[in-house]
Amino acid sequence: MTAPFRLTDSTLRDGSHAVAHQYTLAQVTDIVAGLDAAGVPVIEVSHGDGLGGSSFSYGFSGTDEMTLIARAVQTAKQARIACLLLPGIGTAEDLRAIADAGVSVARIATHCTEADISAQHIGMAKRLGLEAVGFLMMSHMISPDELLAQARLMQDFGADVVYCVDSAGALTVRAARDRIEALVGGLDIGVGMHAHENLSLSVAISLAALEAGATHIDGCTAGAGAGAGNCPTETLVTVCQKMGIETGMEALALMDVAEEIVRPALRRPQIVDRAALTLGLAGVYGSFMLHSERAAQRYGVSQAEILLELGRRKAVGGQEDMIIDVALELAARNAAARERVAQP
Amino acid sequence: MRCVIMGSGNIGTDLMIKLIRSETLDLAALVGIDPASDGLARARALGIEAPHTGIDWVRAHAADVDLVFDATSAYVHVRTAPVLAELGIAAIDLTPAARGPKVVPTVNLGQHLDAPNVNMITCGGQATVPIVAAVSRAATVPYAEMVSTVASRSAGPGTRQNIDEFTRTTARALEEIGGAAVGKAIIVLNPADPPILMRNTVFCALPEGSDHDAVLASVEQMVADVAGYVPGYRLTNPPVIEEGPFGTPGGAVPHRVVVLLEVQGAGDYLPAYAGNLDIMTAAATAVGEAKAARTAGVAA
Repeated sequence: MTAPFRLTDSTLRDGSHAVAHQYTLAQVTDIVAGLDAAGVPVIEVSHGDGLGGSSFSYGFSGTDEMTLIARAVQTAKQARIACLLLPGIGTAEDLRAIADAGVSVARIATHCTEADISAQHIGMAKRLGLEAVGFLMMSHMISPDELLAQARLMQDFGADVVYCVDSAGALTVRAARDRIEALVGGLDIGVGMHAHENLSLSVAISLAALEAGATHIDGCTAGAGAGAGNCPTETLVTVCQKMGIETGMEALALMDVAEEIVRPALRRPQIVDRAALTLGLAGVYGSFMLHSERAAQRYGVSQAEILLELGRRKAVGGQEDMIIDVALELAARNAAARERVAQP
Repeated sequence: MRCVIMGSGNIGTDLMIKLIRSETLDLAALVGIDPASDGLARARALGIEAPHTGIDWVRAHAADVDLVFDATSAYVHVRTAPVLAELGIAAIDLTPAARGPKVVPTVNLGQHLDAPNVNMITCGGQATVPIVAAVSRAATVPYAEMVSTVASRSAGPGTRQNIDEFTRTTARALEEIGGAAVGKAIIVLNPADPPILMRNTVFCALPEGSDHDAVLASVEQMVADVAGYVPGYRLTNPPVIEEGPFGTPGGAVPHRVVVLLEVQGAGDYLPAYAGNLDIMTAAATAVGEAKAARTAGVAA
C-alpha cells in the first residue's frame, strides 16, 4: 500500500525560527540522516524566512544556508531536499544556486493575496528542472474561494502542488477543511496543508486536510517552528499508524530523532504559551514571536500588546521591521503616561 | 526648460501634475500610445497636448524638446534611449532600464547634472539610499539593509512580474550611492484595506567606535532634506541605535541604527497611500528642476 500523502519535514527551515537560524553543520547532518533513515520523503532546508532570509530584519544565519543545503543533499540517501523562497526576499539567482547544489524541490511562498508575484520564480524553478510548490501564506486572512483563485494563478504559472499555509496558526479545523476542500475541488494539481500549533490544532488540522483530499502535509520534528511550532512530524506519523493510514515512515525512528537530536538543539521548549496563543488569536505571522519578545525586552513594553497591535495593523509575513516600530510607539506612549502621572 | 513625459500610466500622469506646478519646467506634452488612456484624457482636460503616437511624436518635435521624462517601461526605454541620444534630447528614466547613471537628488545629483540620461533607480531606492548615505557620511557602513512595504494596490504589473529587479537594483544602489560595503533589499506587499502608506525601514551596521550622535544627527538632517522635495516623507519614530552584536555579511558589529520611515503621497493623481509612486515622480521632478537651473546658469 502506498502512502496517501507525501510529508515534507521542515525542521531545518521553519524549525530554524526556534533556534534563531543558528543550526550547525553537525546538527543538519544528524537531523537529515535521521529523517532520511526513518523514511521521510522530503526534507526542507533554508533560512526560516527562505533563501536569502539572513538579514537584520529576520536574523542572520549562524552558518551560510548554502553550506547547510549542500550538506543535506550529500547526507540524504533517499529523501529529496527542498528549499523555500519568498519573492521579494530571495531571487532567481538563489534558485540557480540550489539547483546546482542538487536540490530538487523549490517551494515558492507569497502572501495569500499576492500569488502573481510568484510567476517569475515558479517559471524559473520549472526551467531548472525543479518541482515547484506554491505556498500561500496567512491563508486564514481570505475566504476559501479567494484562496482558490490565488492557487489557480500558481497552477497556471506551472506549480506542481499548492499549499494552504496557516502561518499564524489561526485556522480552526473547520476553517482549514473548508480551504482544502475548495482547493482540491478547483485545482488539477496536488494540494498541501502546512499547519502551526498556536491553537493546539496542528495534528487535527493535518488529519482533516487528509480527509478533505490533501496529498501533501508539512511537519517539523519535535514540533520545532515559528510560534508554538509546526505540526510535529513524529506525532502525525504515530497517529496515522494508529488510524491505519500508511505513511511509509517509521514512527519509532522519528521519535528517536525528535527526542535525541532535535529537542536538545532547541533553545526553548516548543509549547503553546501566552505569546503563541496571542498569535493564533490575533492572526499574527508566527515568526514575529521571538522578534517581538526581544523588542519587548529591549524597550520595556508588553509582548502581547505588540502582537495585538500588529494584528490590528494587518501586518503580513516579512514585516518584522514593524515590530520595532510598534515597540517604540508603545514605549513613547508609556513614557508620556508616566510623565502625566508624575506631574503635580 | 521644455519637457515631455512619455508614458500616460499612473506614474506619467502623476508626474504631469507635478510638472505643471513647476516654475522652471515647461511641460509641452504627455505622450502616450493608447488614445483611450485615462492619463491622456486627464492631460487634455488640463490643456496639455496629449498625442498617442509615442516616440514618433517626440521625433517630429525634437527641435522644441530639451528633456524627456520616460515613464513607460524598461522594455520601451531600452529602445527609446538611443533615439533620444541621437536627437540630442536629455532623458530622465523612471523605468528600471538604467541606461545612464543612477541619481538620488540629495546624494549625487551634482555629479550627473550634465549626463544625457539619468536613472531614478526604484521607489525604495529613492526612499532609503539617502538614509544609508547619511549614515555613511558620519560612520563606516559595512552592511546596510532596507525593507520596503507597499500597498498591494500600488504595486503595478511591472513590479509584480519582475520583483527580483527591485531587490537587485535597490541593493546595488545602497552600495554604489549609499556607500555601504554590502547592501540588501527586501520588498513586501501588504493587501490591507484601507491601503497602508508606503513604509521603509533602513538598518545600517555600525562598527566599534562609531559616533552615534553624529549618525543620528546626519539621518535627521537627511530626512529634512528629502522632505524638501517629497513633502510626505517622514520618520514614524526617532531613529534608534540598537545593541547587538550582529553577525552581518559585512562583518560582526556591536550596534545597528534603525530608521523607520513612511511616505505619504501628495495625492496629485495617485491616492495618498501610493507614496512609493509619489516619491519617484517627486524625485524625478527635483532632478528636472536641477537640470533646468544648471542650464539657466550656464546660459547666464
